[in-house]
Amino acid sequence: MNKTLIAAAVLSLSSSLAHGADYVIDSKGAHASINFKIQHLGYSWLTGRFNDFDGQFSYDADKPEASSISVNIDPASIDTNHAERDKHLRSDDFLHVDKFAEASFVSTKVVKDGDELDVHGNLTLHGVTKPIVIEVEKVGEGKDPWGGYRVGFEGETRIALKDFGIDYDLGPASTHVELELHIEGVRK
Amino acid sequence: MQKKSTGWGWPLLLTHWLSAVALIGLFALGWWMVDLTYYSDWYKTAPHIHKSVGILLALLTLARIGWRISRGRPEAIGKAWEIRLSHFVHILIYLLLITIFTSGYLISTADGSAIDVFNWFSVPGLGEFVENQEDLAGEFHEYLAYGLMGLVLLHTAGALKHHFLDKDKTLIRMLKPKER
Repeated sequence: MNKTLIAAAVLSLSSSLAHGADYVIDSKGAHASINFKIQHLGYSWLTGRFNDFDGQFSYDADKPEASSISVNIDPASIDTNHAERDKHLRSDDFLHVDKFAEASFVSTKVVKDGDELDVHGNLTLHGVTKPIVIEVEKVGEGKDPWGGYRVGFEGETRIALKDFGIDYDLGPASTHVELELHIEGVRK
Repeated sequence: MQKKSTGWGWPLLLTHWLSAVALIGLFALGWWMVDLTYYSDWYKTAPHIHKSVGILLALLTLARIGWRISRGRPEAIGKAWEIRLSHFVHILIYLLLITIFTSGYLISTADGSAIDVFNWFSVPGLGEFVENQEDLAGEFHEYLAYGLMGLVLLHTAGALKHHFLDKDKTLIRMLKPKER
Protein backbone atom coordinates (compact mmCIF):
# COMPACT_ATOMS: atom_id res chain seq x y z
CA MET A 1 0.00 0.00 0.00
CA ASN A 2 2.72 2.40 1.02
CA LYS A 3 4.84 1.30 -1.87
CA THR A 4 2.11 1.98 -4.37
CA LEU A 5 1.53 5.41 -2.85
CA ILE A 6 5.21 6.23 -3.07
CA ALA A 7 5.36 4.86 -6.57
CA ALA A 8 2.38 6.97 -7.55
CA ALA A 9 3.95 10.04 -5.96
CA VAL A 10 7.25 9.46 -7.73
CA LEU A 11 5.41 8.84 -10.96
CA SER A 12 3.33 11.99 -10.73
CA LEU A 13 6.38 13.98 -9.69
CA SER A 14 8.44 12.70 -12.56
CA SER A 15 5.58 13.17 -15.00
CA SER A 16 5.13 16.78 -13.87
CA LEU A 17 8.87 17.25 -14.22
CA ALA A 18 8.85 15.70 -17.64
CA HIS A 19 5.91 17.64 -19.02
CA GLY A 20 5.32 20.79 -17.05
CA ALA A 21 7.76 23.56 -16.28
CA ASP A 22 7.56 25.36 -12.96
CA TYR A 23 7.19 29.10 -12.86
CA VAL A 24 7.38 31.75 -10.17
CA ILE A 25 4.84 34.52 -10.50
CA ASP A 26 6.73 37.73 -11.16
CA SER A 27 5.14 39.74 -8.37
CA LYS A 28 8.53 41.22 -7.52
CA GLY A 29 8.78 42.86 -10.92
CA ALA A 30 5.05 43.66 -10.72
CA HIS A 31 4.28 41.78 -13.91
CA ALA A 32 1.24 40.39 -12.24
CA SER A 33 -1.80 41.95 -10.64
CA ILE A 34 -4.91 40.94 -8.79
CA ASN A 35 -7.51 43.52 -9.68
CA PHE A 36 -11.16 43.62 -8.78
CA LYS A 37 -14.18 45.67 -9.57
CA ILE A 38 -17.56 46.02 -7.96
CA GLN A 39 -20.61 48.06 -8.88
CA HIS A 40 -21.13 51.29 -7.01
CA LEU A 41 -24.88 51.66 -6.44
CA GLY A 42 -25.38 50.21 -9.92
CA TYR A 43 -24.15 53.44 -11.51
CA SER A 44 -20.46 52.74 -12.12
CA TRP A 45 -17.60 50.37 -11.39
CA LEU A 46 -15.29 50.80 -8.47
CA THR A 47 -11.89 49.25 -9.10
CA GLY A 48 -9.15 48.17 -6.73
CA ARG A 49 -6.41 45.65 -6.31
CA PHE A 50 -4.35 43.61 -3.89
CA ASN A 51 -0.77 44.87 -3.90
CA ASP A 52 0.99 42.04 -2.06
CA PHE A 53 0.83 38.44 -3.22
CA ASP A 54 3.12 35.71 -4.44
CA GLY A 55 2.77 32.29 -5.96
CA GLN A 56 3.88 29.74 -8.45
CA PHE A 57 2.46 27.55 -11.15
CA SER A 58 3.40 24.76 -13.48
CA TYR A 59 2.40 24.88 -17.11
CA ASP A 60 3.03 22.96 -20.27
CA ALA A 61 1.58 24.31 -23.51
CA ASP A 62 1.22 20.75 -24.85
CA LYS A 63 -0.59 19.49 -21.79
CA PRO A 64 -2.41 22.40 -20.19
CA GLU A 65 -4.71 20.10 -18.18
CA ALA A 66 -1.71 19.10 -16.07
CA SER A 67 -1.16 22.69 -14.97
CA SER A 68 -1.54 23.83 -11.40
CA ILE A 69 -1.21 27.11 -9.54
CA SER A 70 -1.13 28.40 -6.00
CA VAL A 71 -1.21 32.03 -4.92
CA ASN A 72 -1.00 33.62 -1.48
CA ILE A 73 -2.55 37.05 -1.07
CA ASP A 74 -2.17 39.55 1.75
CA PRO A 75 -5.73 40.87 2.12
CA ALA A 76 -4.43 43.86 4.10
CA SER A 77 -2.77 45.09 0.91
CA ILE A 78 -6.15 46.00 -0.60
CA ASP A 79 -5.88 49.32 -2.39
CA THR A 80 -8.75 51.31 -3.88
CA ASN A 81 -6.85 54.60 -3.97
CA HIS A 82 -8.79 55.99 -1.00
CA ALA A 83 -7.37 55.56 2.51
CA GLU A 84 -10.68 55.90 4.35
CA ARG A 85 -12.33 53.28 2.15
CA ASP A 86 -9.33 50.93 2.39
CA LYS A 87 -9.49 51.21 6.18
CA HIS A 88 -13.16 50.29 6.06
CA LEU A 89 -12.51 47.37 3.68
CA ARG A 90 -9.88 45.96 6.07
CA SER A 91 -12.20 46.30 9.07
CA ASP A 92 -14.57 43.63 10.35
CA ASP A 93 -17.32 44.99 8.12
CA PHE A 94 -15.48 43.43 5.17
CA LEU A 95 -12.19 41.51 5.02
CA HIS A 96 -11.45 41.62 8.78
CA VAL A 97 -7.74 41.33 8.09
CA ASP A 98 -6.76 41.32 11.79
CA LYS A 99 -8.51 37.98 12.15
CA PHE A 100 -8.12 36.59 8.63
CA ALA A 101 -4.60 37.64 7.73
CA GLU A 102 -4.26 35.31 4.77
CA ALA A 103 -6.08 34.70 1.53
CA SER A 104 -5.14 32.17 -1.10
CA PHE A 105 -6.08 30.32 -4.22
CA VAL A 106 -4.99 26.74 -4.86
CA SER A 107 -6.01 25.01 -8.06
CA THR A 108 -7.50 21.52 -8.00
CA LYS A 109 -7.91 20.82 -11.71
CA VAL A 110 -7.60 22.49 -15.08
CA VAL A 111 -10.07 21.82 -17.87
CA LYS A 112 -9.46 22.86 -21.45
CA ASP A 113 -12.36 24.79 -22.92
CA GLY A 114 -11.56 25.65 -26.53
CA ASP A 115 -8.79 28.22 -26.46
CA GLU A 116 -9.47 28.90 -22.81
CA LEU A 117 -8.62 27.05 -19.65
CA ASP A 118 -11.04 26.64 -16.79
CA VAL A 119 -8.94 26.64 -13.65
CA HIS A 120 -10.90 25.04 -10.82
CA GLY A 121 -9.65 25.56 -7.29
CA ASN A 122 -10.27 26.68 -3.75
CA LEU A 123 -10.33 30.34 -2.88
CA THR A 124 -9.81 31.19 0.78
CA LEU A 125 -11.00 34.66 1.71
CA HIS A 126 -12.30 36.08 4.99
CA GLY A 127 -11.65 32.69 6.60
CA VAL A 128 -13.97 30.88 4.18
CA THR A 129 -12.74 28.36 1.61
CA LYS A 130 -14.96 27.85 -1.42
CA PRO A 131 -14.43 26.26 -4.81
CA ILE A 132 -14.37 28.71 -7.71
CA VAL A 133 -13.61 28.52 -11.42
CA ILE A 134 -11.35 31.05 -13.12
CA GLU A 135 -11.58 31.45 -16.88
CA VAL A 136 -8.03 31.79 -18.11
CA GLU A 137 -6.56 32.75 -21.45
CA LYS A 138 -2.91 32.57 -22.29
CA VAL A 139 -1.49 35.87 -23.50
CA GLY A 140 1.90 34.63 -24.67
CA GLU A 141 5.12 32.86 -23.84
CA GLY A 142 8.75 32.85 -24.84
CA LYS A 143 12.23 34.02 -23.98
CA ASP A 144 12.70 37.38 -22.30
CA PRO A 145 15.61 39.69 -23.22
CA TRP A 146 17.51 38.86 -20.01
CA GLY A 147 18.04 35.12 -20.39
CA GLY A 148 14.81 33.92 -18.80
CA TYR A 149 11.67 32.27 -20.07
CA ARG A 150 8.23 33.65 -19.35
CA VAL A 151 4.58 32.80 -19.86
CA GLY A 152 1.64 35.03 -19.07
CA PHE A 153 -2.11 34.64 -18.61
CA GLU A 154 -5.17 36.65 -17.92
CA GLY A 155 -8.06 35.34 -15.92
CA GLU A 156 -11.52 36.33 -14.82
CA THR A 157 -13.97 35.15 -12.24
CA ARG A 158 -16.89 36.46 -10.27
CA ILE A 159 -17.59 35.77 -6.63
CA ALA A 160 -20.52 36.52 -4.37
CA LEU A 161 -19.44 38.41 -1.24
CA LYS A 162 -22.05 36.48 0.76
CA ASP A 163 -20.43 33.16 -0.20
CA PHE A 164 -17.36 34.30 1.69
CA GLY A 165 -19.24 35.51 4.73
CA ILE A 166 -19.09 39.23 3.88
CA ASP A 167 -22.60 40.55 4.38
CA TYR A 168 -22.21 44.33 4.70
CA ASP A 169 -25.06 45.74 2.62
CA LEU A 170 -23.69 47.70 -0.35
CA GLY A 171 -26.98 47.56 -2.20
CA PRO A 172 -28.55 45.12 -4.65
CA ALA A 173 -26.17 45.97 -7.51
CA SER A 174 -23.06 45.30 -5.44
CA THR A 175 -23.43 41.74 -4.19
CA HIS A 176 -20.71 40.31 -6.44
CA VAL A 177 -17.10 41.17 -7.09
CA GLU A 178 -15.37 40.55 -10.41
CA LEU A 179 -11.75 39.54 -10.20
CA GLU A 180 -9.43 40.40 -13.05
CA LEU A 181 -6.14 38.57 -12.85
CA HIS A 182 -2.93 39.09 -14.75
CA ILE A 183 -0.20 36.59 -14.09
CA GLU A 184 3.25 36.39 -15.61
CA GLY A 185 5.57 33.59 -14.52
CA VAL A 186 9.33 33.27 -14.84
CA ARG A 187 10.50 29.70 -15.37
CA LYS A 188 12.45 28.36 -12.42
CA MET B 1 1.55 88.16 35.21
CA GLN B 2 3.64 89.58 38.03
CA LYS B 3 1.96 87.60 40.76
CA LYS B 4 -0.41 84.65 40.38
CA SER B 5 -3.98 85.79 39.91
CA THR B 6 -6.91 84.18 41.67
CA GLY B 7 -9.07 83.43 38.63
CA TRP B 8 -9.09 82.45 34.96
CA GLY B 9 -9.50 84.96 32.13
CA TRP B 10 -12.52 84.66 29.84
CA PRO B 11 -10.57 83.36 26.77
CA LEU B 12 -9.53 80.24 28.67
CA LEU B 13 -12.99 79.73 30.17
CA LEU B 14 -14.60 80.08 26.77
CA THR B 15 -12.18 77.64 25.09
CA HIS B 16 -12.48 75.22 28.01
CA TRP B 17 -16.25 74.93 27.81
CA LEU B 18 -16.34 75.01 24.01
CA SER B 19 -13.79 72.18 24.01
CA ALA B 20 -15.79 70.24 26.60
CA VAL B 21 -18.95 70.35 24.50
CA ALA B 22 -17.12 69.71 21.20
CA LEU B 23 -15.06 66.80 22.57
CA ILE B 24 -17.99 64.93 24.04
CA GLY B 25 -19.92 65.60 20.82
CA LEU B 26 -17.02 64.35 18.68
CA PHE B 27 -16.67 61.24 20.81
CA ALA B 28 -20.38 60.42 20.57
CA LEU B 29 -20.48 61.19 16.84
CA GLY B 30 -17.37 59.09 16.18
CA TRP B 31 -18.74 56.22 18.23
CA TRP B 32 -22.03 56.31 16.34
CA MET B 33 -20.85 56.98 12.78
CA VAL B 34 -18.49 54.00 12.44
CA ASP B 35 -21.49 51.65 12.49
CA LEU B 36 -23.63 53.54 9.99
CA THR B 37 -24.99 51.49 7.11
CA TYR B 38 -24.10 52.34 3.54
CA TYR B 39 -27.56 53.61 2.73
CA SER B 40 -27.85 55.83 5.80
CA ASP B 41 -28.45 59.54 5.13
CA TRP B 42 -25.59 60.22 7.51
CA TYR B 43 -23.05 57.90 5.89
CA LYS B 44 -21.20 60.79 4.26
CA THR B 45 -22.29 63.78 6.37
CA ALA B 46 -21.43 62.38 9.83
CA PRO B 47 -17.72 61.82 9.02
CA HIS B 48 -17.65 65.19 7.25
CA ILE B 49 -18.93 66.95 10.38
CA HIS B 50 -16.63 64.90 12.63
CA LYS B 51 -13.56 65.82 10.59
CA SER B 52 -14.56 69.49 10.20
CA VAL B 53 -15.24 70.03 13.90
CA GLY B 54 -12.11 68.06 14.75
CA ILE B 55 -9.86 70.28 12.63
CA LEU B 56 -11.43 73.46 14.03
CA LEU B 57 -11.06 72.18 17.57
CA ALA B 58 -7.42 71.26 16.87
CA LEU B 59 -6.74 74.86 15.80
CA LEU B 60 -8.59 76.21 18.83
CA THR B 61 -6.63 73.87 21.11
CA LEU B 62 -3.31 75.06 19.70
CA ALA B 63 -4.34 78.68 20.36
CA ARG B 64 -5.51 77.66 23.83
CA ILE B 65 -2.21 75.97 24.68
CA GLY B 66 -0.30 79.00 23.43
CA TRP B 67 -2.47 81.32 25.51
CA ARG B 68 -2.18 79.10 28.57
CA ILE B 69 1.62 78.86 28.33
CA SER B 70 2.11 82.61 27.81
CA ARG B 71 -0.43 83.73 30.44
CA GLY B 72 0.17 81.15 33.15
CA ARG B 73 -2.57 79.99 35.46
CA PRO B 74 -4.13 81.09 38.73
CA GLU B 75 -3.03 79.64 42.06
CA ALA B 76 -4.15 76.01 42.33
CA ILE B 77 -6.45 75.11 45.22
CA GLY B 78 -6.11 71.95 47.28
CA LYS B 79 -3.65 69.69 49.01
CA ALA B 80 -0.20 69.15 47.55
CA TRP B 81 -1.01 65.68 46.17
CA GLU B 82 -4.27 66.96 44.63
CA ILE B 83 -2.42 69.75 42.89
CA ARG B 84 0.25 67.38 41.61
CA LEU B 85 -2.36 64.90 40.37
CA SER B 86 -4.49 67.59 38.72
CA HIS B 87 -1.47 69.10 36.94
CA PHE B 88 -0.50 65.64 35.73
CA VAL B 89 -4.04 64.98 34.44
CA HIS B 90 -4.18 68.38 32.74
CA ILE B 91 -0.91 67.77 30.90
CA LEU B 92 -2.07 64.28 29.95
CA ILE B 93 -5.33 65.69 28.59
CA TYR B 94 -3.46 68.21 26.43
CA LEU B 95 -1.11 65.47 25.18
CA LEU B 96 -4.00 63.15 24.37
CA LEU B 97 -5.80 65.96 22.54
CA ILE B 98 -2.76 66.59 20.36
CA THR B 99 -2.23 62.89 19.59
CA ILE B 100 -5.93 62.33 18.89
CA PHE B 101 -6.07 65.28 16.49
CA THR B 102 -2.87 64.12 14.81
CA SER B 103 -3.95 60.49 14.46
CA GLY B 104 -7.34 61.56 13.09
CA TYR B 105 -5.63 63.73 10.52
CA LEU B 106 -3.32 60.83 9.57
CA ILE B 107 -6.28 58.50 8.84
CA SER B 108 -7.92 60.69 6.24
CA THR B 109 -4.74 62.02 4.66
CA ALA B 110 -2.92 58.66 4.33
CA ASP B 111 -3.57 58.70 0.58
CA GLY B 112 -2.44 62.31 0.28
CA SER B 113 -5.91 63.77 0.06
CA ALA B 114 -6.90 66.94 1.89
CA ILE B 115 -9.52 67.28 4.63
CA ASP B 116 -12.40 69.59 3.79
CA VAL B 117 -13.58 71.68 6.70
CA PHE B 118 -17.31 72.43 6.18
CA ASN B 119 -16.65 73.26 2.50
CA TRP B 120 -15.02 76.38 3.95
CA PHE B 121 -11.32 75.59 3.62
CA SER B 122 -9.28 72.44 3.32
CA VAL B 123 -6.21 71.19 5.14
CA PRO B 124 -3.71 69.59 2.76
CA GLY B 125 -2.61 66.00 3.34
CA LEU B 126 0.99 64.98 3.84
CA GLY B 127 0.56 61.42 2.57
CA GLU B 128 1.72 58.15 4.04
CA PHE B 129 4.52 57.94 6.62
CA VAL B 130 4.07 54.27 7.55
CA GLU B 131 2.51 51.34 5.73
CA ASN B 132 -1.26 51.04 6.16
CA GLN B 133 -1.13 54.32 8.04
CA GLU B 134 -4.91 54.68 8.05
CA ASP B 135 -5.30 51.49 10.10
CA LEU B 136 -2.54 52.25 12.60
CA ALA B 137 -3.68 55.85 13.02
CA GLY B 138 -7.26 54.59 13.34
CA GLU B 139 -6.38 52.32 16.26
CA PHE B 140 -4.52 55.12 18.03
CA HIS B 141 -7.41 57.50 17.38
CA GLU B 142 -9.95 55.07 18.82
CA TYR B 143 -8.10 53.93 21.96
CA LEU B 144 -6.71 57.36 22.82
CA ALA B 145 -10.26 58.72 22.58
CA TYR B 146 -11.41 56.13 25.14
CA GLY B 147 -8.47 57.13 27.31
CA LEU B 148 -9.36 60.80 27.01
CA MET B 149 -12.96 60.14 28.01
CA GLY B 150 -11.64 58.31 31.08
CA LEU B 151 -9.56 61.34 32.01
CA VAL B 152 -12.55 63.61 31.41
CA LEU B 153 -14.48 61.56 33.97
CA LEU B 154 -11.63 61.88 36.47
CA HIS B 155 -11.34 65.60 35.74
CA THR B 156 -15.11 66.04 36.28
CA ALA B 157 -15.04 63.98 39.47
CA GLY B 158 -12.22 66.21 40.76
CA ALA B 159 -14.19 69.37 39.97
CA LEU B 160 -17.30 68.04 41.72
CA LYS B 161 -15.25 66.96 44.75
CA HIS B 162 -13.83 70.48 45.06
CA HIS B 163 -17.29 71.98 44.80
CA PHE B 164 -19.38 69.70 46.99
CA LEU B 165 -16.90 68.12 49.43
CA ASP B 166 -14.16 70.74 49.81
CA LYS B 167 -16.63 73.58 49.16
CA ASP B 168 -13.89 75.69 47.51
CA LYS B 169 -13.96 77.99 44.45
CA THR B 170 -12.32 75.64 41.92
CA LEU B 171 -15.50 75.03 39.92
CA ILE B 172 -17.00 78.45 40.46
CA ARG B 173 -13.96 80.22 39.05
CA MET B 174 -14.27 78.00 35.95
CA LEU B 175 -17.68 79.61 35.37
CA LYS B 176 -16.93 83.22 36.36
CA PRO B 177 -14.09 85.03 34.61
CA LYS B 178 -11.94 87.15 36.86
CA GLU B 179 -12.37 90.91 36.62
CA ARG B 180 -9.58 92.82 34.99
